[in-house]
Amino acid sequence: MDLKDLYRDVIVDHNRHPRNFGKLDPADAHADGFNPLCGDRLTVYVNLDGENIEEAKFEGSGCAISVASASLLTEAVKGKSRAEVRELFDEVHAVLTQHDANVDPSRLGKLAALSGVREFPARVKCASLCWHTLNAALDRATAPVTTE
Amino acid sequence: MSAAIGRPRSVDFDVARIRRDFPILNEQVNGKPLVYLDSAASSQRPRAVIEAIDNYYEHDHANVHRGVHTLSQRATDAYEGARETVRGFINARSTREIIYVRGTTEAINLVAQSYARPLLQPGDEILISALEHHANIVPWQIVCGQTGAQLKVIPISQTGEVDFAAFERLIGPRTRLLALAHISNALGTIVPVERFIARAKELKIPVLLDGAQAVPHSIVDVQALDCDFYCFSAHKMVGPTGIGVLYGRESLLEAMPPWQGGGDMILSVTFEKTTYNQLPWKFEAGTPDIAGAIGMAAGIRYLQGIGMERIAAYEHELLEYATARLSAIPGLRIIGTSPHKAAVVSFTMAGIHPHDIGTILDTEGVAVRTGHHCAMPVMDFFKVPATARASLSFYNTFEEIDRLVAALEHARKLLG
Ligand SMILES: Cc1ncc(COP(=O)(O)O)c(C=O)c1O
Repeated sequence: MDLKDLYRDVIVDHNRHPRNFGKLDPADAHADGFNPLCGDRLTVYVNLDGENIEEAKFEGSGCAISVASASLLTEAVKGKSRAEVRELFDEVHAVLTQHDANVDPSRLGKLAALSGVREFPARVKCASLCWHTLNAALDRATAPVTTE
Repeated sequence: MSAAIGRPRSVDFDVARIRRDFPILNEQVNGKPLVYLDSAASSQRPRAVIEAIDNYYEHDHANVHRGVHTLSQRATDAYEGARETVRGFINARSTREIIYVRGTTEAINLVAQSYARPLLQPGDEILISALEHHANIVPWQIVCGQTGAQLKVIPISQTGEVDFAAFERLIGPRTRLLALAHISNALGTIVPVERFIARAKELKIPVLLDGAQAVPHSIVDVQALDCDFYCFSAHKMVGPTGIGVLYGRESLLEAMPPWQGGGDMILSVTFEKTTYNQLPWKFEAGTPDIAGAIGMAAGIRYLQGIGMERIAAYEHELLEYATARLSAIPGLRIIGTSPHKAAVVSFTMAGIHPHDIGTILDTEGVAVRTGHHCAMPVMDFFKVPATARASLSFYNTFEEIDRLVAALEHARKLLG
């Protein structure tokens, strides 16, 4: 296990300087996510233009992996349709959990930096929390989601 | 890295010899020798405990209290002999006051359901403190919900001490029970329970102590404490998981209804009427954790062989050294700074989430706990989502604290 693989420069940068950090007000939808194991708490906000995500922001506190992952997510989903976001989530999830994930890295862009997480199974939930939370927001769920 | 802070010399504590008793301390983790600093969550076991359990299964196992055959006798003798060992360890008056349970959590639930529930009326109060483990919060919330009683909480200070003046204001004519941690698992605070008990006794209010963190690290004498219930878990005191103890004052236990029904807890059963067994078996329905009791007793004998005073003294040296070294790390904040502490150092680091600290330390072979330590209200009070916690035991060394510090410096370089 190499820490450098987990805390890649992109991750460290997005943790120190999270993008799209803050509240969207008004927001078309938002949802809260909570990881009770480590106390990560996120709120993800989205504004939609029809089927497409016009803008996504997040706020909350968490470990470097969860903050960087949320920051990367808000950049990655902008302009994508709900269907495209779901596809992207499946690919990110595959990269987070499988060694032989059949995913074209070029499709992931900066999100590929999260691939080091799969060597640290205890941290997969940190990286996926924001994605579950986004899905909940898109489903207009108001109940907090948890990773448990 | 140079250690500017000198290590104290523990002349008469042969930690190297002690470490040889704990096979797991030879483990390599991520290619580095294990540094186990998570004993407050669960301690490790010496060979004496592992062998006592093996030996029981290899030579003596049968069900207890149920047969005239030799193995059943041997198993019963070992199981009941263990109860006497526990009794002596905490200086209870009688083995009738020693109830085997699954652990601290079950002990507190037993008292909540069997002692408090029949007694509580709407408007009655249970008093706890703000530094309690969830195990000493949730069972009381449940019983309050069942009875209409109220849960009152004694505040803590910024150093993590229970506010005695506030306690004196909160305890009153409606208080039916005071339930306090003896030592806080999240902060390390040693609560001066004697003062609290003395005041409660003046008002004839019974006291339960959550001793999960106290029993492994200090001498506990339930008669000297004059508490009514005392709860602890074997797995935090070098014994096996799955067993612990509820000590209860005999007169209170005698008056309490059984908690669970089944075999062993009865004297006679007909469909019309069942006569319950005597103490302590009245509270031990079903086949118990026989091997657990035997392993727990072996653990107690092991601790007694070293001596609880010597353990406490050595652990205090470790605590002072760890506190000094960690305090010197820029951006590190220790949460829980009472002058009276057990060897627990909870901390945060500026700009680095505890969860990241945990991962980075683990790659260096250093095991600490990160998270809320089953004490979310404590985290809320200190306005932190979580902490990292190094908890030290008598098998830890000063060199291991140096390894912790080096790993934290590494974390700071990586993410700080
Ligand atoms: C202070 C305190 N109380 C209660 C408990 C619960 O103990 P157990 O999980 O063994 O029942 C613990 C252990 O985590 C503790 O530290």
